[in-house]
Amino acid sequence: MELNGAQILVQSLKDEGVEFLFGYPGGAVLHLYDALFHQQDIKHILVRHEQGATHAADGYARATGKPGVVLVTSGPGATNAVTGIATAHLDSIPMVVISGQVPTPVIGSDAFQEVDMVGITRPCVKHNFLVKDVNKLAETVKKAFHVATTGRPGPVVIDIPKDITDPNIKVPYKYPRKVSMRSYNPVVKGHKKQIRKAVDLLLSAKKPMIYSGGGVILGEAHKQLIEFTRLLGYPITNTLMGLGAYPATDKQFVGMLGMHGTYEANMSMHESDVIIAIGARFDDRVTGKLDEFCPYAKIIHIDVDPASIAKNVMVDVPIVGEVKPVLETMIEMINEDEKRPDKKALVKWWEQIAKWQALDSLAYDRNSDLIKPQYVIEQLYEVTKGNAFVTSDVGQHQMYAAQFYHFDKPRRWINSGGLGTMGFGLPAAIGVKLAHPKSDVACVTGEASIQMCIQELSTALQYKTPVKIVNLNNRYMGMVRQWQEFTYESRYSHSYMDTIPDFVKLAEAYGHVGMRIEKPEDVRSAFEEAFAMKDRTVFMDFMTDRTENVYPMIEAGKAHHEMRLRVPPGTPVDRELA
Amino acid sequence: MRHIISILIENESGALSRVAGLFSARGYNIESLTVAPTEDETLSRMTLVTWGDENIIEQITKQLNKLIDVVKLIDLAEAVHIERELMMIKIKTTDETREEIKRMSDIFRGKIIDVAANSYVVEITGPSDKLDAFIAAIDDGSIIEVVRSGPTGISRGENGLRL
Ligand SMILES: Cc1cc2nc3c(=O)[nH]c(=O)nc-3n(C[C@H](O)[C@H](O)[C@H](O)COP(=O)(O)OP(=O)(O)OC[C@H]3O[C@@H](n4cnc5c(N)ncnc54)[C@H](O)[C@@H]3O)c2cc1C
Ligand SMILES: Cc1ncc(C[n+]2csc(CCOP(=O)(O)OP(=O)(O)O)c2C)c(N)n1
Ligand SMILES: [Mg+2]
Repeated sequence: MELNGAQILVQSLKDEGVEFLFGYPGGAVLHLYDALFHQQDIKHILVRHEQGATHAADGYARATGKPGVVLVTSGPGATNAVTGIATAHLDSIPMVVISGQVPTPVIGSDAFQEVDMVGITRPCVKHNFLVKDVNKLAETVKKAFHVATTGRPGPVVIDIPKDITDPNIKVPYKYPRKVSMRSYNPVVKGHKKQIRKAVDLLLSAKKPMIYSGGGVILGEAHKQLIEFTRLLGYPITNTLMGLGAYPATDKQFVGMLGMHGTYEANMSMHESDVIIAIGARFDDRVTGKLDEFCPYAKIIHIDVDPASIAKNVMVDVPIVGEVKPVLETMIEMINEDEKRPDKKALVKWWEQIAKWQALDSLAYDRNSDLIKPQYVIEQLYEVTKGNAFVTSDVGQHQMYAAQFYHFDKPRRWINSGGLGTMGFGLPAAIGVKLAHPKSDVACVTGEASIQMCIQELSTALQYKTPVKIVNLNNRYMGMVRQWQEFTYESRYSHSYMDTIPDFVKLAEAYGHVGMRIEKPEDVRSAFEEAFAMKDRTVFMDFMTDRTENVYPMIEAGKAHHEMRLRVPPGTPVDRELA
Repeated sequence: MRHIISILIENESGALSRVAGLFSARGYNIESLTVAPTEDETLSRMTLVTWGDENIIEQITKQLNKLIDVVKLIDLAEAVHIERELMMIKIKTTDETREEIKRMSDIFRGKIIDVAANSYVVEITGPSDKLDAFIAAIDDGSIIEVVRSGPTGISRGENGLRL
């Protein structure tokens, strides 16, 4: 079959099984858009800003496990995509971004809409390609998908000069079934001896902890994680990225750990004698002060990326490999082992944990006349019966969603953890809804974050992706204000906006339903009404308590056992909080 | 500690900037970097001199290995190896100094490869400290310019860094 470059690209995407292409046209990709015009198999989603395209593709990827695919033009189209590429990179999300480039002969001449996309994205992609020969295009696409989806996943950029997609130059086309790259061979199975060591250590533990992260979700290993955790009977905590990999409503789950994790999760980490980190990367928001991180523990670390191991924290038993096969081997070894977990020690350990749990570190004032953001999330959880896909922006609202929506399944909690990108939530929700049209999709956001990609409300209308926007409107960049309250003596420097749009009218202007909710007693009925409107996007503007803070918190430079609690231990219990 | 890392990398455009970019982005030290194609023209060989404690060097090698274009690498400092650097040094000459420079060059097994009315170019190959020593032995004021290739290295014995 002879095809031109534009057709080759489109055909390659089809052969790769791509359903959706999130994009925005421009000069350098016009040949490609013309090729798209002639086909129906790939659905093109026209966003309103290229950042939206990357986040929507990213949301789709997180909700499905399949790579998200983006198409943007050269120059400004490409640079607009960079934030979304970096967002995917830091959270290891598989994504393929195709950017147009000026024609090969003028590259380097500061041509119209030329930017060095390969250069700009180099530090925030897993890999990138500049296609210089149309004969290599199909192979490059194959390689890009291969690299993006294997090992530690990540975004891959393919920069395609306009002459490569010239409709008049036809070459033979065949999409490679497989690729092998001599320079890229990610490890799959872990080293047996290391796994053995880990099992011995685990079975000798008195105060064990399982600390699992996004790698379990990326590696589709939640079933193995559940089996492993139940088999041992050990307490488990998840990172922000790992929520849903282990059911939050299970009794062995002690909540999220880290900066805004539960007191019990962080104290358990601090006091633990054996920790197994599974697909988690010891991020600074998790470890707190490194010198005092888990001072009594021997640490086992499973990660597919060798560079993740011993990067921030030295470990005793490193295991390079994919979570799934490694956990399978571990489960087998534990089952065959004569040694059993130390029951007596475990009983004591759980008693200790129960004491920390009794402090109820997530408690908030339930009798307030104002809408508490935590309450809104609790109601969201109840009305959606815990089954919604929840995307989020960045700020306090993100933490409330993580703390109060109890995710029991993987791929339901979709947020930007590593880069912390405000503006992620709405476009991501659109991507999720496209992937799961029958499921409820909620976007938990704040009045500042939502404005960063609000234009995608228009995309939501065009493609009929009815999502529910849960705006926790505290008239502050709450997360910033909280830090200013705690560490800058409440000098609220530029952390509020003097003008905030009327979101109800704004939603209506975009063709959606707008609701404003001002009283706690209206929260539940508002959700019921909104979720009953199956085919409408609803913007729910909740006027929440302006001064509420996220508790508990490990402040900068503090360790796990130095959490700041709303009610410090030892203070007489406040009736209001009971 | 000083480490000398030898890398086999795909001979693709941009491969060099991936390595250089990695060092600047992650704040690793880089003292010298040499690169040239190998006998297999699809591969380049880089030699990189860096320093840092054990943990940093471990991260550097892991991060380098993680680059998709990197095929293989070794830290030569981990075993017995040979290092060589090439230097060309242009030195002012006068009737009084010509003889002395020739003598120094011989001591260091250098070669005079260019002779002009008022200058010599001396070529010296050897471990970097030998080149340092030669520079130190020459009167500062008479050095016109110094070009050094940066060290390259190879392990001793029959094992080699190859596909
Ligand atoms: C406002 C804000 C507050 C935050 N507060 C917290 C907090 O309190 N607590 C918290 O936990 N985080 C918090 N974060 C998120 C934090 O910044 C990090 O994004 C997060 O902790 C990283 O999660 P992770 O360790 O699970 O790693 P991920 O980023 O999910 O990385 C996954 C790891 O697993 C590995 N991996 C991938 N696939 C596989 C596989 N198949 N097999 C094996 N390994 C694999 C990868 O190599 C990587 O090392 C916050 C973020 C924001 C924006
Ligand atoms: C693009 C971007 N710019 C700045 C920040 C820094 N930042 C983190 S949270 C936050 C405030 C978010 O405010 P809002 O969306 O209202 O959420 P709230 O914290 O009030 O719930 C800011 C500015 C960021 N994370 N992303
Ligand atoms: Mg706010």
